[in-house]
Amino acid sequence: MRHILSILLENEAGALSRVVGLFSARAYNIDSLTVSTTEDPTLSRMTIVTHGSDEVIEQITKQLNKLIEVVKVIDLNESDHIERELMLIKVRATGKDREEMKRMADIFRGRIIDVTEKTYTIELTGTSEKLGAFIEAIDRSVILETVRTGASGIGRGERILKI
Amino acid sequence: MQISGAEILVRSLQEEGVEFVFGYPGGAVLEIYDAIFKQDQFKHVLVRHEQAAVHAADAYSRSCNKVGVALVTSGPGATNAVTGIATAYMDSVPMVVISGQVPTPAIGMDAFQEVDMVGITRPCVKHNFLVKDIGELATTIKKAFYIAATGRPGPVVVDIPKDVTQRLAEFHYPESVSIRSYVPVTRGHPGQIKKAASLLAEARRPYIYIGGGAVQGNASAEVTELVRMLGLPCTNTLMGLGAYPGDDRQCLGMLGMHGTYEANMAMQYCDVLIAVGARFDDRVISVPSHFLAQPKKIVHIDIDPSSIAKRVKVDVPIVGDVKHVLRDLIDLMKQNGQRPDAANLAGWWMQIEQWRSYNSLLYTPSSELIKPQYVVQKLYEITGGDAIITSDVGQHQMWAAQYYPFKRPKQWLNSGGLGTMGFGLPAAIGAQLANPDAQVACITGEGSIQMNIQELSTAKQYHTPVKVIALNNRYLGMVRQWQELFYGTRYAESYMDALPDFVGIAEAYGHVGMKIENPADVEGALREAFSPALKERLVFMDFRTDQSENVFPMIQNGKGLDQMDLPPHMRELQIAPFENNRDYGNMC
Ligand SMILES: Cc1cc2nc3c(=O)[nH]c(=O)nc-3n(C[C@H](O)[C@H](O)[C@H](O)COP(=O)(O)OP(=O)(O)OC[C@H]3O[C@@H](n4cnc5c(N)ncnc54)[C@H](O)[C@@H]3O)c2cc1C
Ligand SMILES: Cc1ncc(C[n+]2csc(CCOP(=O)(O)OP(=O)(O)O)c2C)c(N)n1
Ligand SMILES: [Mg+2]
Repeated sequence: MRHILSILLENEAGALSRVVGLFSARAYNIDSLTVSTTEDPTLSRMTIVTHGSDEVIEQITKQLNKLIEVVKVIDLNESDHIERELMLIKVRATGKDREEMKRMADIFRGRIIDVTEKTYTIELTGTSEKLGAFIEAIDRSVILETVRTGASGIGRGERILKI
Repeated sequence: MQISGAEILVRSLQEEGVEFVFGYPGGAVLEIYDAIFKQDQFKHVLVRHEQAAVHAADAYSRSCNKVGVALVTSGPGATNAVTGIATAYMDSVPMVVISGQVPTPAIGMDAFQEVDMVGITRPCVKHNFLVKDIGELATTIKKAFYIAATGRPGPVVVDIPKDVTQRLAEFHYPESVSIRSYVPVTRGHPGQIKKAASLLAEARRPYIYIGGGAVQGNASAEVTELVRMLGLPCTNTLMGLGAYPGDDRQCLGMLGMHGTYEANMAMQYCDVLIAVGARFDDRVISVPSHFLAQPKKIVHIDIDPSSIAKRVKVDVPIVGDVKHVLRDLIDLMKQNGQRPDAANLAGWWMQIEQWRSYNSLLYTPSSELIKPQYVVQKLYEITGGDAIITSDVGQHQMWAAQYYPFKRPKQWLNSGGLGTMGFGLPAAIGAQLANPDAQVACITGEGSIQMNIQELSTAKQYHTPVKVIALNNRYLGMVRQWQELFYGTRYAESYMDALPDFVGIAEAYGHVGMKIENPADVEGALREAFSPALKERLVFMDFRTDQSENVFPMIQNGKGLDQMDLPPHMRELQIAPFENNRDYGNMC
C-alpha cells in the first residue's frame, strides 16, 4: 500500500544521503521524495512517498528512526492528512490546441505562468492523483516537458510534527 | 592556550580513558602521529595492515567492555579498514575509527589518497562524521564515543582532514553530550514485562533463546538468574555463547545451522519463547514460516526496535536494555510467585533429555587421523575451559563453538554476522592486550590464517603470547563441505595447494612453531604450548587434521529447525516425531 512518511531531520550535510542510502541498501521503494528546511533552520522536513506491506512500512519507519540525524518520523496515512504536489508542465499550444489547453488548465484550476507563440507553461497543484489525471486528460502528443516535485504532506487539524 | 587539532584529538582520547589505539600511519595522519609521539598516556599498537587494526580494536572492545579505537590514514588506509568496520557493525561492537582525510580545500579534487570515507562507510557504521571545523573536533569525539557505546552499540567513523589537525584552537572537552535526535531506551515497558511474566507462568514448554545482546549488554547474571530461578532450558546463539554457562545442564548448547539436535528441536517445539538480545538470524531459525508453523508465543527483548518484528512477528515486543528488562521481569515474577507448572516443565525436560541422549555432537574418533573436534576438546581440557578463544571463519569456527563450552561471556570472540576470515589473529592480539593475564587462543584454519598472517609480526613486537591453533585440513573446509553436499563433490578451488611451512613461518617471525600429525601427539603438544616454559611465547600449532571431516548437525538452506542433516550415528535411528500431548510418564 502507498504511504506518505513525514520526517524531521537535522539540517546537516549528509543527512539526506543517509535516508536515501537506507532505502536503496534495504531495497525499499521511493516513489517520491521532497526535502527543504523548516522555519527552524537547524531542521529539514522531508516527505517520502513509498509503498510496501505493513511489515515493510513498519521496518522502514524503525530504520529511519534509527538514523542518528532523524528526529521524528510519522506515517501520515495513520490519520487524516492533506497532500499536495506541484507540477510545471510545458505543452505545445498552437492552432486549436491553444484554446483547448487554456480550457483544460482552467478546469484543473491550473495557471498559465509562461507563454510563447508556440507553448504554454502551466502550474498545477493538487494531490498526485489530480496531477496524474491532468496528464491523462490532455493529448499526450502536446506535452513537451513535465516537472513534478513529489508530494508534500501535513496532518489535518491540530495534529503537528514538531520536536 | 591554543593547541593543534591533532593535540585536541589526542587529549580527547585521553579524556575518554583510551588505553590502546590500534593503527597505521600515513600522510594524512602524520600530525596526529606526531601528537601521539609526544604523549605516553595511551599506547599505540602498530599493526601490519589496517584491517587488522580494526579487528584488534574490535576484539579489545568485545573482551573488556570498553570502546575500541583504531586510527588509519586516508585513501588506502581507510578502505583497508572497511572490512573491519563492517565486521564490527554486524556484531554490534562499540568502536571509534579515526581516519585521516585530505585537507578540506582538496576534498572533491581527486586529491592524492582521497576517498569519500563517510560515503563508503555509511551503510556499515552506526554513524559517521566528517570534521570540517576544528571548533567541532572535541565535541565530535565525545559524540562518537557516546553513540558507539550506548543503545545498540556499533562502530562510529570520524574522518578528519589534515588541515583540521594542523589548525589551532582552545581545547574544551565536554563533560557530556546530548543529541536531541538520539535517545536510546533502557527500561522496558512495565505492561509488556507483565505480559511476558504471565506468558512464562502459563507456559508448558518454555525456552530461553539468548543472543549477543546478553553479552554486549552485560546481562549474563540476569539471564542466568532467570533460567535457574524457573528451571528452564535455554540455548545460546553463536554470538551469545557464554552468556549462560555452556557447561551447565540447563543449557542445550548452541542452536541454529550447526546447533545441537536438542537446542534446535526445543526451538521448534517450545510453546513460549523468550528471545533475549537475539535477532532471529537466518542462520538460526532458517525459514521463518516453517519456524512459526509450530504455534508458539514469542517475547522479544531487544534494545533496537528494528530488530523486533524484522524476520518474525512476535506477541510481546519489549524494547529496552536486557539487563534492566530481565531484572524487572525477575523481580516481578518473584514478587508474584509466578512460575511454570512443575509437572508440565518436568515433562518438557523429559522430552529434551531424550533429544539430548542422541548425543548429536558425537564423532568417530580415530587413532590415525587427527579429528578437529578432538583438538578442541583437548584444548578445553588443558586450558581448564578458561581461555579466551578467538576464531576465524569456517568449519574450525563451528567446531570451536560446539566443543568448547564457554563458561562466561566475552570469552568467545568471533565474526558471526559478517563471517570475516582473517578476524582471528588480530582479534587474539587485541584480546590479549585487554587481558594480559588471560590465556588467549586463536582457533583458525589454514585458509583464514593466511588472510592476516602478517600480524604475527605485530604479536612479536607487542609480546602477545597467543596460541594459534590451526586446524589445517588443507581445504577451505566449509566451502568443501557445501561442495560435497550440494555440488556433487566438485571441489572447485577449495583445495589449498602450495601451503607454506607454518612452522617455518612462525619461526621466521620469531615465534615457536609446532607441527602435529598424530592423534597421539595432540595432547602432549598442547600441554607443552600451554606450559609455563612457553607462557611468554606465541606458539603456532599446525594440526594436520582429517581432511574429510564435516560439521554436523547441519540445517540446509530452506530446511526447518527440525529437519537437520544429522551426524552418521543418528541417521539410522528411528526418532519418533514430536507430539504435543505425549504422556511423558511412559517415556522413561
Ligand atoms: C560459518 C558460520 C556459521 C554460522 N552458524 C550459526 C549457527 O549455527 N548458529 C548461530 O546462532 N549463529 C550462526 N552463525 C552466526 C550468525 O550469522 C549470526 O551472526 C548470529 O546468529 C547472530 O546472533 P544473535 O542473534 O545473538 O545476534 P547479534 O548479532 O549478537 O545481535 C544482538 C542483538 O541484541 C541486541 N542488543 C544489543 N545490545 C543489547 C542490549 N544491551 N539490550 C538488548 N538488546 C541488545 C541487538 O540490537 C541485536 O538485535 C554463523 C556464522 C558463520 C560465519
Ligand atoms: C573474507 C572471506 N572470504 C571468503 C569467505 C567464504 N568462506 C567461508 S568459510 C571459508 C573457508 C575457510 O577455510 P579455512 O580457514 O581453512 O577453514 P576450514 O573451513 O577449513 O576450517 C570461506 C572461503 C569468508 N567467509 N570470508
Ligand atoms: Mg581449512
